[in-house]
Amino acid sequence: MEELINKLKAEIIEVLNLEDISPEDIEAESPLFGEGGLGLDSIDALELIVLLEKNYEIKIENPQDGKQIFFSIQSMADFITQQKVA
Amino acid sequence: MDVYIKGLGNISPQNTADNSQFLEEIVEYNQNNLQVIHPIYKDHISPIRLRRMSRMIKMGIAAASICLDDAGLTDPGAIITGTGFGCTGDTEKFLLAMIANAEQHLTPTAFMQSTHNTISGQIAIMLNCNNYNSTYVNRGTSFEAAFQDAMMLIEEGEANDALIGGFDECTDNHYIITSRLGYWKERDIKNTDLYTAGSKGSISGEGASFFAISKDSGNNSYAKIKAVSHFYKPDGFKDVEKRILSFLEANGHSPGSVDLVVNGLNGDEEGDRVYHQLMSGMLKNCTHTRYKHLCGEYDVSSAFALWLASKILKTQTVPKSVRVENAPEGQIKTVLVYNHFNFSYQGLFLLESC
Amino acid sequence: MLVGEIKQTDEELKEAAGAGNLKALTRPTILGMLAAREAAADAGLLENMEGTGFISANTVGGMGHTEQYCLDYLDVEKEGDFMEYIGTHNCGDSTERIADYLNIKEYVTTINTACSSSANAIMLGARLIKNGIVQRVIAGGTDSLTRFTLNGFNSLMILSKEQCKPFDENRMGLNLGEGAGFVVLESEEAAKQRGAKVYSELRGFANTCDAYHQTASSPEGYGASNAMNKALKSAGLTADDIDYVNLHGTATKMNDLSEGNAIETVFGDQVPDVSSTKGFTGHTLGAAGGIEAVFSNLSISENILFPNLNFTEQMEELNFSPLSDVKEGAEVNNVLSNSFGFGGNNSALLFSKV
Repeated sequence: MEELINKLKAEIIEVLNLEDISPEDIEAESPLFGEGGLGLDSIDALELIVLLEKNYEIKIENPQDGKQIFFSIQSMADFITQQKVA
Repeated sequence: MDVYIKGLGNISPQNTADNSQFLEEIVEYNQNNLQVIHPIYKDHISPIRLRRMSRMIKMGIAAASICLDDAGLTDPGAIITGTGFGCTGDTEKFLLAMIANAEQHLTPTAFMQSTHNTISGQIAIMLNCNNYNSTYVNRGTSFEAAFQDAMMLIEEGEANDALIGGFDECTDNHYIITSRLGYWKERDIKNTDLYTAGSKGSISGEGASFFAISKDSGNNSYAKIKAVSHFYKPDGFKDVEKRILSFLEANGHSPGSVDLVVNGLNGDEEGDRVYHQLMSGMLKNCTHTRYKHLCGEYDVSSAFALWLASKILKTQTVPKSVRVENAPEGQIKTVLVYNHFNFSYQGLFLLESC
Repeated sequence: MLVGEIKQTDEELKEAAGAGNLKALTRPTILGMLAAREAAADAGLLENMEGTGFISANTVGGMGHTEQYCLDYLDVEKEGDFMEYIGTHNCGDSTERIADYLNIKEYVTTINTACSSSANAIMLGARLIKNGIVQRVIAGGTDSLTRFTLNGFNSLMILSKEQCKPFDENRMGLNLGEGAGFVVLESEEAAKQRGAKVYSELRGFANTCDAYHQTASSPEGYGASNAMNKALKSAGLTADDIDYVNLHGTATKMNDLSEGNAIETVFGDQVPDVSSTKGFTGHTLGAAGGIEAVFSNLSISENILFPNLNFTEQMEELNFSPLSDVKEGAEVNNVLSNSFGFGGNNSALLFSKV
């Protein structure tokens, strides 16, 4: 899990061009969207959907589902792990 | 109705982003593809906005910010841009990814930013400005059409002021394609030799030039804009001459009352003929200047020309690098900007000192 | 993928336009030729275009050929028939070709404000006439289906796999379409002088900016209600005067919620007949405002309201439903036509019976 979380942090920084942020700056539990977190928006969510598709072969059909899955790095990692098991 | 230029923001292949300077030193290039000198974008754009922006968007937003700051304008009555190709880099990025990935796994950022009105929309978001917003995309007269729209809005009483910009970028791929269209000189030349190279084609350029205009002169205007006009596919040189004459006369001027002309000479033997005919004919008593060795040729290069005319009028100096012959004597009161793009697209601006 | 495709091939359309011998015509160019010629013929102008301007709009120019040939263009060693199209990518290309086809020289320009483009072209036409720059204009827009736009909207996850259901609780997104729509505008005086047939008066219009997000509209629809209110004000009318609203109604979750809230802001609980005609055409992007202006004018001249296809269930957030059956013999005096685009561009046109 630890490894997956670190990998996700690096991938998110890359695809979303978060140039000034290092993986250590992102708390696994803190929200990615809105204030108090990384401040990501709906377009970032679409970028993350493609990230899951491309790197983890997980397809999300309904963008509305993104809200829960992309709540935090931890929730993304949990979702990926769960999908892999299924 | 006359309008006044209150602010400038110009990102170009010269050091023009700093409004306190005026072409004191010229940057020389030895290839036919002039690219802008980027300012430090973090000085003008917040990091959260910057992270998603492509090169073109950064250029446009920064030039707009510099211009708004210069004018002290925060809520323009209109935001209007003109561009030949829009956000070329974003368009290419999405297009080439689509082809390379066989239409799979595409992310939306480059697509949504590829649309030509991205910069005018992003400026509105940055300023939280709900006013009139539009973008013109008509090749070599995109900028003139944008400017004319803004002047009409002020005339109609719909706006008291406006932000107007012209922008285009030349990516490597765009340069290849425009080279195949025969736009550029075949052999690399030094930009400062543009007018003496004596061959076909020009040199490629790019830039983002923004203007804040107002119906009030205030204290710190660069220049007064009397009129702007553009026309399509004139019927040969005589028709061009006739249209310039009637443009001047409609605005209370004549060739004799124009002190200085900013000419769109671009080093292409054929295309430059019309400027030479005017310079030795109807406009022979004016001081002549030229600018495309500084910024290159592109669809909205007349925005650079308008920047130059505004600076000349405000500072009452004609930088040596833009003079065709000698420096003018006496005060420069009236300036005509004349530019054409492949002869089909022709634009005119008439300015007066304040 | 479901799309609103015009079934004829480029060759067939070229034949229909009598342009079979012309080279390098892109699909939006040919569609635009047909529609603009039809508009000009209907207005009795084909024989004499003097004093007539042409304002077109499109969103992706000649992308249909660019996406097919761009790798060939970039391979400088490669020659072939594809080279015919290398200069057609620019948004101004179709405008230029259509203007030449109709022999228009007076005033030519192109607007791209994404999906509101051709509504803005019509608005500009009216203002150019008002400002005395031209006597009359042919204004509207043209766009064709491309893989670029299909993949782009797909990456935004707003394309529906089924037929689009505007303003339905279970709407799943938009269908793209293609087409061209133009109207002829002229001053009352000029129309009377030549005894022209008149469909309606363009009595009011507005262009505002949502300034909310590059692609999403604000949930409360501030920009949209602002555009409708300003259009009403410019026409000197109030909300009760409106008999019908041709909605932008793309059938995306966001647009319809935002536009629906804006309709309630403007009309309160007295919402007139409204419908989105995109169920018939798909979303034709840069052509949508022009095509829907034609529908709006037919509603006025024929006293007929076109239904909102595929509607079954009212949106939970709204207190009104769109018109789901055709309505004939309706008294249609005043029609609002909404067009919204990326970058937060919100435009509204108001047509009135004369």
